[in-house]
Amino acid sequence: MSDVAASKIPVTVLTGYLGAGKTTLLNRILSENHGKKYAVIVNEFGEIGIDNDLIIGADEEVFEMNNGCVCCTVRGDLVRILDGLMKRKGKFDAIILETTGLADPAPVAQTFFVDEDVREKTSLDAVVTVADAKWLSARLKDAPEAKNQIAFADVIVLNKTDLVSKAELAEVEARIRGINPYAKLHRTERCQVALNDVLDRKAFDLDRILEIEPEFLGESDHHDHDHDHDHDHHDHGHDHAHGHGHSHGGLKHYHDEDMKSLSLKTEKPLDANKFMPWLQALVASDGQSILRSKGILSFKDDDDRYVFQGVHMMIEGDHQREWKADEPRVSRLVFIGRELPEQKIRDGFEKCIA
Amino acid sequence: MTSFNSDNPASIVSVTDRVRKVELPQSATALHFLGDSAGFVGVENSISFANASGNVSTHEIHDGGILCTVSDGKRIVTGGDDGKLVTVDASGATETIASDAKRRWIDNVALHPDGAIAWSAGKTAFVRPTKGDEKSLDVVSTVGGLAFAPKGLRLAVAHYNGVTLWFPNMAAKPEVLEWKGSHLGVTFSDDNKFLVTTMHESALHGWRLADNRHMRMTGYPSRVRSMSWTADGKHLATSGADTVIVWPFTSKDGPMGKEPAMLAPLQAKVTVVACHPKNDILAAGYSNGMVLMVRMQDGAEILVRRNDDAPVSALAWNAKGSLLGFASENGDAGLLTL
Repeated sequence: MSDVAASKIPVTVLTGYLGAGKTTLLNRILSENHGKKYAVIVNEFGEIGIDNDLIIGADEEVFEMNNGCVCCTVRGDLVRILDGLMKRKGKFDAIILETTGLADPAPVAQTFFVDEDVREKTSLDAVVTVADAKWLSARLKDAPEAKNQIAFADVIVLNKTDLVSKAELAEVEARIRGINPYAKLHRTERCQVALNDVLDRKAFDLDRILEIEPEFLGESDHHDHDHDHDHDHHDHGHDHAHGHGHSHGGLKHYHDEDMKSLSLKTEKPLDANKFMPWLQALVASDGQSILRSKGILSFKDDDDRYVFQGVHMMIEGDHQREWKADEPRVSRLVFIGRELPEQKIRDGFEKCIA
Repeated sequence: MTSFNSDNPASIVSVTDRVRKVELPQSATALHFLGDSAGFVGVENSISFANASGNVSTHEIHDGGILCTVSDGKRIVTGGDDGKLVTVDASGATETIASDAKRRWIDNVALHPDGAIAWSAGKTAFVRPTKGDEKSLDVVSTVGGLAFAPKGLRLAVAHYNGVTLWFPNMAAKPEVLEWKGSHLGVTFSDDNKFLVTTMHESALHGWRLADNRHMRMTGYPSRVRSMSWTADGKHLATSGADTVIVWPFTSKDGPMGKEPAMLAPLQAKVTVVACHPKNDILAAGYSNGMVLMVRMQDGAEILVRRNDDAPVSALAWNAKGSLLGFASENGDAGLLTL
């Protein structure tokens, strides 16, 4: 699997609300001395100066799959563009896709789940969301798109931090964490972020779903962008069911009114014959409200870790590797979504314990 | 021609020793014959013509990748990611027919028997008739495919959720045939009675044009990328499965309520099909690199190219049906004289 994955061209999705600094980040990536060639797919084609040889204008055309599932939407233009680009394989090392400020990242991600040709030749690397430190809090209140982009992100570049006070920064971070505690968050001015913090993240690679602990616990300790976040492990064995505006480790915690994350954990082994049908049924009935899901699972009478990830109704999973001898066999699941049926999910999960 | 062997598939007749290898500078994604000259359309920016003796001449025709091609046997027309529509003849002489003002990709191209050309960039389909002004039509979403009807100047424009049928020379509002999903390739039957699209899903969709009745052709394990009408125009051979799927259009209902023929099964996916222009024979290329000639009547097979794990990317007959050419994704190419 890893050999196949290695030959696939990684695609990084760059989202962010209008004016957050997506193009700044894009130009920063392109202008760095990385010795790599990128194909760039943009929307506002030709309107903003982007210095790159290979730029393709996209139309952000979403269509519904003809399978009766209303949230199974796919970016048809992306299918076409990736198909065209892959004919020129060898001319570039990676693809960066910039979405419009109002875009929902889900159809982009779903394209990588459902399109056989796209899957065969490219891999979704990560959804990187650029957020404006000054305006994000306001946008989270009035723009559902902005909230989606934060909820969906694997990496959040919190930009323009020089334009806000320390208190405002703490406030906006807390708002972000109220929605998505799992993304890597980088504070930046003018999108100054290390390239390896935004590129080559392999966030959708099942083999890399190593830990799904919330990110924020240790975050106040590091402001620099040059350290490797890959294997941060925050082993704080306590519950994260905080109340509104609760203060913890110097960080305020908010719970967003409708978008939130739900994490489940058990040290008891799960019954695979119960869990898989439950998960399938859950995403079939509530997939529209579940934006992202991830899990590392320990099944009864199975010495392998099972990992899965999903976007709305689409789930993919596989046996990853054997549990290590000294590794506690703990099953963890995370859902990020809008108006998640929390009690229903908790109850259903409990019943999957073997 | 070589006789087919249908009795014992284990000892399949092979003509692999009669294939002349063609040395291409870059692997080919399409192949069109101009007379006996085989025009291999390169994966990047060039076209290579191979003559009967195997000599190859290569011409760079785009400032970028070639995205779509079509031929009427006299010329090859290509659209590229340089925003240009270029025509090339067998001598390699090129002419730029159109340049997109915004340098958008030229995604699709179609030729009318009378010489009219259609192409698309984004949501806009263009038609340049043999006489008169160029015309354009914006459809609801990016154009997935184009095809001229066999009669009159009528263009089918495939897009999301259906196909628009447009008479460029008439003021009438174009007719839209609706079917949910993304429609990519599109083709008319020779008798102008049916329209068939390849969909983003692993299925074909069709309409009987007399009453726009739907025809669903499903069951493919993967997307259909190649369609070819048989010499009599009554059957449509398709890729996308581990056999060649051939749909019958012999009755007024087309394939409705009928089972397709399934020919030449292999442990590999059919990637490209090309029906012989005169006889009931088709050529099929597979994802494992194999090329077979198949007799439609009884499914008898002749081996043209052995499997080597590089998918076959292009396959075509010359107009006389005396030459079969193929190309594969690893840059290999060959010509077989029958």
